[in-house]
Amino acid sequence: MKKKLSVLKEAQLFVEKFEGALGKGKGKKFYAYKVMMTKKWMKFQRDFENFKTACIPWEMKIKEIESHFGSSVASYFIFLRWMYGINMILFGLTFGLVMVPEALMGKPYGSLPRKTVPRAEEASAMNFATLWDFSGFAQYSVLFYGYYNNQRTIGWLKFRMPLSYFLVGVGTIGYSFMIVIRTMARNANEDGGGDDTSFNFSWKMFTSWDYLIGNPETADNKFASITTSFKEAIVEEQESRKEENIHLTRFLRVLANFLALCTLAGSGYLIFFVVRRSQKFALEGLENYGWWERNEVNMVMSLLGMFCPTLFDVISSLENYHPRIALRWQLGRIFALFLGNLYTFIIALMDEINLKLEEEKIVKYNMSIWEANLYNGTIPENSTAPPIQVDPADVPRGPCWETMVGQEFVRLTVSDTMTTYITILIGDFLRAVFVRFFNYCWCWDLEYGFPSYSEFDISGNVLGLIFNQGMIWMGSFYAPCLPAINVFRLHTSMYLQCWAVMCCNVPQERVFKASRSNNFYMAMLLFILFLSTLPAVYTIVSIPPSFDCGPFSGKTRMFEVISETLEHDFPSWFGKVFGYASNPGLILPFILLMVTILFLEWSKAKILKIDKEKKKKKERRKIQGKMRQNREKSICRLIIYCLHQ
Amino acid sequence: MGNKQTVFTPEQLDAYQDCTFFTRKEILRLFYRYRDLAPQLVPLDYTDKPDVTLPYELIGSMPELKDNPFRQRIAEVFSENGDGNMTLDDFLDMFSVLSEMAPRDLKAYYAFKIYDFNNDDYICKSDLEKTVNKLTRNELTPEEVSLVCEKVIYEADVDNDGKLSLEDFQHMIIRAPDFLSHYRSPRFPDSF
Repeated sequence: MKKKLSVLKEAQLFVEKFEGALGKGKGKKFYAYKVMMTKKWMKFQRDFENFKTACIPWEMKIKEIESHFGSSVASYFIFLRWMYGINMILFGLTFGLVMVPEALMGKPYGSLPRKTVPRAEEASAMNFATLWDFSGFAQYSVLFYGYYNNQRTIGWLKFRMPLSYFLVGVGTIGYSFMIVIRTMARNANEDGGGDDTSFNFSWKMFTSWDYLIGNPETADNKFASITTSFKEAIVEEQESRKEENIHLTRFLRVLANFLALCTLAGSGYLIFFVVRRSQKFALEGLENYGWWERNEVNMVMSLLGMFCPTLFDVISSLENYHPRIALRWQLGRIFALFLGNLYTFIIALMDEINLKLEEEKIVKYNMSIWEANLYNGTIPENSTAPPIQVDPADVPRGPCWETMVGQEFVRLTVSDTMTTYITILIGDFLRAVFVRFFNYCWCWDLEYGFPSYSEFDISGNVLGLIFNQGMIWMGSFYAPCLPAINVFRLHTSMYLQCWAVMCCNVPQERVFKASRSNNFYMAMLLFILFLSTLPAVYTIVSIPPSFDCGPFSGKTRMFEVISETLEHDFPSWFGKVFGYASNPGLILPFILLMVTILFLEWSKAKILKIDKEKKKKKERRKIQGKMRQNREKSICRLIIYCLHQ
Repeated sequence: MGNKQTVFTPEQLDAYQDCTFFTRKEILRLFYRYRDLAPQLVPLDYTDKPDVTLPYELIGSMPELKDNPFRQRIAEVFSENGDGNMTLDDFLDMFSVLSEMAPRDLKAYYAFKIYDFNNDDYICKSDLEKTVNKLTRNELTPEEVSLVCEKVIYEADVDNDGKLSLEDFQHMIIRAPDFLSHYRSPRFPDSF
């Protein structure tokens, strides 16, 4: 500082001597004002950034988990938070545009047969057991498809309910596609940054400590996170240096894959067998069987989902991969397992739908007889007369297959949630309690040997999350309450799992960094999204809606609501234009054009990436060259100086 | 808290403003923080430039520096004779470099001096080892520490002399994404 002050004095004297009145007076004031405004603007920007960061929910929790368990475990929680955001939007759409209008402006409960609990079920409609099973009053409410009336417009706003229902269904799928792809694109951008690895260790060493920390607890967390991050980087480095015996490794890997395939085939056959048995039970009437037989399919699927991943874990220890690659293989195998479960479930559902469609024909026939009996003896058949007042609860109902599908999905989601929570409580919490307290009176060291504390199972949890979301996408068309249930589930999941991780789990032995972007999870999510829209779209397009329930009752196909709207609500020329535009002769060239544009963009991106790599290499070489030049110059100067002496 | 202050002459305040990145108010605030560390040692009147030095223990106990593993090095770098005892000038200097108005090059220069434990104008392997151990509180094994130091030298040493010179260090740190956001001192709350 002393030097600075003396230099300052010299400089001021110099300026006064030579420049005199230059720059004094007017210019100074304006400059000072500019500087003050810049400072104020910077302060505002900083405060706004702080506010924005404070608004992100659960940020402190996740940072704490990251500092203790590493970035891979934290990436699961970040993924969970992102899913929560998407589900909130889906919930907003279904709640605001489907459930609320019907509840406020549609006909109230009890006015129509579809909106009333049938007489036969009335006695048990309010029981907790029935409500937990989503029958009774829960079934005949805005929560499920069957409640909605097929009136074209409702209320004084002339709200077009069937159109809104259809568009919200399509919109949720469209929005989900858009956001998943957009996130993948954004992550791919970050991934392309190669600067990441060129100064990895140096940056960790010199810039990881945050000089802003002023609180001992945060400091502790920061020390823990720095240590973990160093360990992660060291593992990466060691992995890249390892030498291996290639033949033995290859043989072991082939063996492991074979074992995994056997497990998958075994579980597939088991599910197939159980589904067949349940169909047999259904034919013979479910009343003859106990709780296990009734819930056999669900239970077997949940049990397989609990034990097979552990089996895959054991198999993967044969393979000796880098932990990140082992995680991907693990994810792939569990993915295949869950996929088998999912499609078995869908096949079972399709069988039931076909059964219900058959039943519907019989019910329609019976209804005509019943109506005839009502009018019997009072009025001759072919004269118009006021309809007899019948209590809606007494009207015979068709089996509403859409509500049945919605109920199945809701039940599956609820049982899935229960299974997850119970697994966490028993598998993690009780195990930790047991190890901690029984260690004193046990023959071997529980904490180091079997069973010890559990590690956080990233792959199982991520896949559970992704498949749960797939269920939601499949079922939300038939049960508008599903996104709401999912939002609630994710919210409680976040708190429960954060607590469980900090309380009962230990960090993994080999800490490694998750792939910088979460693109692997995103790719799986995209795939599941695609697979879950297939059954939904198939049912919309090819199965006729029920005749007496839901907003599309009476139509031959659900998508007819679109053509009906075009006819009635838009001017006639619009319909003509639409007709021309939907001509296959126009659509096929359009598709070809899109494919060519996609291919062009992809090759452009590839070329840009290669260019970037080349430029970086050139720069590094230039700097090395400059350093060498500088050194040579200074050596020359030194030699010349010595020669002069 | 009006415009009348009796701690510094107006020329002194202007000189401080020119030599640091602070405004009048901030300089006065910092003076009062400095004084709060030892009110009996620091006079309220600096117009005659008293020669007052606070020992390192007091500086190191400030809440902003207390948890920083490098606080001793920071105090040594900014103190006049390198022993960690700071005058008010050194104190202002230190926080000026750590403030957010300071440019990258200046921070990089001082960061280099902080990590150069043996003051030989090069960051050699022993300096790196000390840095790593301070950062991880000695939780890494010696092999891991050694691996990390080798990797750092491999990555950042452009002139291949086995240690980092100022140019190597600057070249490496200027590109770091977190550099500016982590090398900052917290803003001081109003202490009066």
